[in-house]
Amino acid sequence: MSPAATEKVLTRNFGRPDSHTLKAYLETGGYTALPKALTMEPPAIIDAVKRSNLRGLGGAGFPTGTKWSFIPKGHTGPVYLVINADEGEPGTFKDRYLLERDPHALIEGMLIAARAIGSTLAFVYIRGEYVESWRHVSAAVGEAYDAGYLGRGLDVVVHRGAGAYICGEETGLISSLEGKKGWPKLKPPFPAIKGAFGAPTIVNNVETICHVPHIINRGAEWFASLGTKTQGGTRMYSVSGRVTRPGVYETSVAVTLRQLIYEYAGGVTGNGRLKAVVPGGSSAAILTADEIDVTMDVDGLKAAGTMAGSAGVIVLDETVSIPEALMVVARFYAHESCGQCTPCRESTGWIYEMTRRIVVGRGRKADLDTILDVARRGAGTTICAFYDGAVGPYISYIEKFRAEFESLIPK
Amino acid sequence: MDVEFTQEQLSEVTRLQRLYPDRGGALLPVLHLAQEVFGYISEDVEKYVGTLFDLGPAHVHEVVTFYTMYFRRPRGRHVLSVCHNLSCHLMGAQEIIAHLTSRLGIELGQTTDDGRITLLTVECLCACEMAPMLQVDDRYEGPLTIEKIERLVDRLA
Repeated sequence: MSPAATEKVLTRNFGRPDSHTLKAYLETGGYTALPKALTMEPPAIIDAVKRSNLRGLGGAGFPTGTKWSFIPKGHTGPVYLVINADEGEPGTFKDRYLLERDPHALIEGMLIAARAIGSTLAFVYIRGEYVESWRHVSAAVGEAYDAGYLGRGLDVVVHRGAGAYICGEETGLISSLEGKKGWPKLKPPFPAIKGAFGAPTIVNNVETICHVPHIINRGAEWFASLGTKTQGGTRMYSVSGRVTRPGVYETSVAVTLRQLIYEYAGGVTGNGRLKAVVPGGSSAAILTADEIDVTMDVDGLKAAGTMAGSAGVIVLDETVSIPEALMVVARFYAHESCGQCTPCRESTGWIYEMTRRIVVGRGRKADLDTILDVARRGAGTTICAFYDGAVGPYISYIEKFRAEFESLIPK
Repeated sequence: MDVEFTQEQLSEVTRLQRLYPDRGGALLPVLHLAQEVFGYISEDVEKYVGTLFDLGPAHVHEVVTFYTMYFRRPRGRHVLSVCHNLSCHLMGAQEIIAHLTSRLGIELGQTTDDGRITLLTVECLCACEMAPMLQVDDRYEGPLTIEKIERLVDRLA
C-alpha cells in the first residue's frame, strides 16, 4: 500500500474542534469496540493484539500483545495498567495531540487493555508540564465515569509528574508513581511480574493504547496489513526542525524518511539542502542526507543502524552546525541523567563539557576519540536504557561528521 | 510563613492519598498542591508535607530536588520557561533567550526586581512543531518571534 494513501486512524477526528468530548467520540463510532471486547475472553484479546503486530510506540518497540501475556497466569492479587503519558523524548509531540484531542480513545483502549490483563485500577501518568493534556484527560475521565464506562470494573487515576525525563522510562515512572524520585529499577523482576506498588504492572504508551479499539473493531489482519511484515498499523510521526510544515503526520509505518520530509512536511525550510536527520527522537543515531531512503518501521530503522524510537523526526539543514547540535543534545542528557549509575552520571556530564569546549574553539586533539571511547565503554553497563540513548547521538554525530568537529579544534 | 493546609485542603490531601494503593503515591500531587498554596516548597513545607505521609524530611527533600517543577525559592508571579533543546535550538531559541534576558534585565534562573517574571530555560517541552517555543505559566506559546515575545511580556501583570 502506498503510505500516502493510508487512511488516518488515530487522527481522523482531529479536525473537529470538540474532538476531545464524549459527544464527538460517540458520534464518530467511539465506545463500539468495548462491547465487542467484553464478549471476548482476555486471552482472545491478547491474541488479537499479538496477531495485529502492534508494537509499543513509546520508544522500545516491544510487541504489545506479548508484553500483556507476561502477567503471571493464575495471579490473584491486584494488577495495574499504567499509561505512560510522560512524553519527553526531544522531537516528539504526538501523545500530546492524542491526550488533548482524543482522550476518550485512550480511555476505551485502557478499558480493553485492562480486561485483557485483568486489571481493575489504571493510572495515566502525564508529564507535569502538560497542563492542558491533564485537564482534557481529567475531564474525559469524569465524562466516562458519568456515562458508566468507568467505575464498573475499572477505575482510572490521572496522575501528574513533576518534570524529569527519566520518568518516561517505565521503571523510573513506576518509582515516581509510588511517590519517590524517578530512579529506574533493575530488571528482572520486570514490571509485569513486580511493578507499581509491588504488583504485576503493564506500562503502555498513549498512542499504543489508542490503537487497541481499532484492532478490536476492524480486526488484527486489517491492522497488520497497514504496516510492514513485522509491525502493523499506522503511527504518528512528529516532524520538526528545518522543514516547511512541522507537525504530526499519521501514516503507515512503511513510509520512508524521504517521503515524510518531502511529501508530508513540505521539504527543507526555504528549499535549503538537507544535511542530516534524527529519525526517532534525540536518542536515535543521526542519519546523513544520503541515508533517508529507509522505511520508518522499527525493524527498517534498526537495519539502518538507528532506531524508530518515539518517531520524533528532527530535520537539520545545511545551516546547522553538527557540533553545536551535539552540544545541545549532550546538555540534555547531562541534565536528565538521574545520577544513579556512575557511567551515565559521569559520562553525560563530562561529554557535555567536552562538546562545549569544542564548540567554543577550545577543544583538544584527543577529545573526539575520548568521547567515542567513553561512550562505547559505558554502553550497556547501566540499569536502564537512558545512557544507551545518549550514546547513539554521541557516536553517530562524531563518526558521520568528524571533519566538521575537527575543523573547530585548534591545530 | 505559616505552613499549614486549611481543612478543605486537608480533605483534598486525603482524597488524593486514597486514590493510590499506597498513599505514598500521592506525594507528587500533594507537593503540586503545596506549591500552589504556599508559592514554593521551602524546607518548612517539606517537613510539613512529610508529616502528612509519615515520611521524614529527607525523603521529601530528595523528591522535591529530583524534579524540575518544584521551586525551592520564591518565584515571580509568572514563570517563563524557554525550551533550548534541539528543535527549538534549530529554530532560533538562542535569539529568543538573548532577547528575553536583555529585555527583562535578568540572567537565566533569576526573577525581575518587581517580582513579576522568573526566567528559565528548560529541556524539551514536546511542542517542537511550534519551535521556538516557551511555556508561560500553564500555557505553551510558539512559534515565537521577537515581536511576539514583546507582546507576551507586556501582557503579563
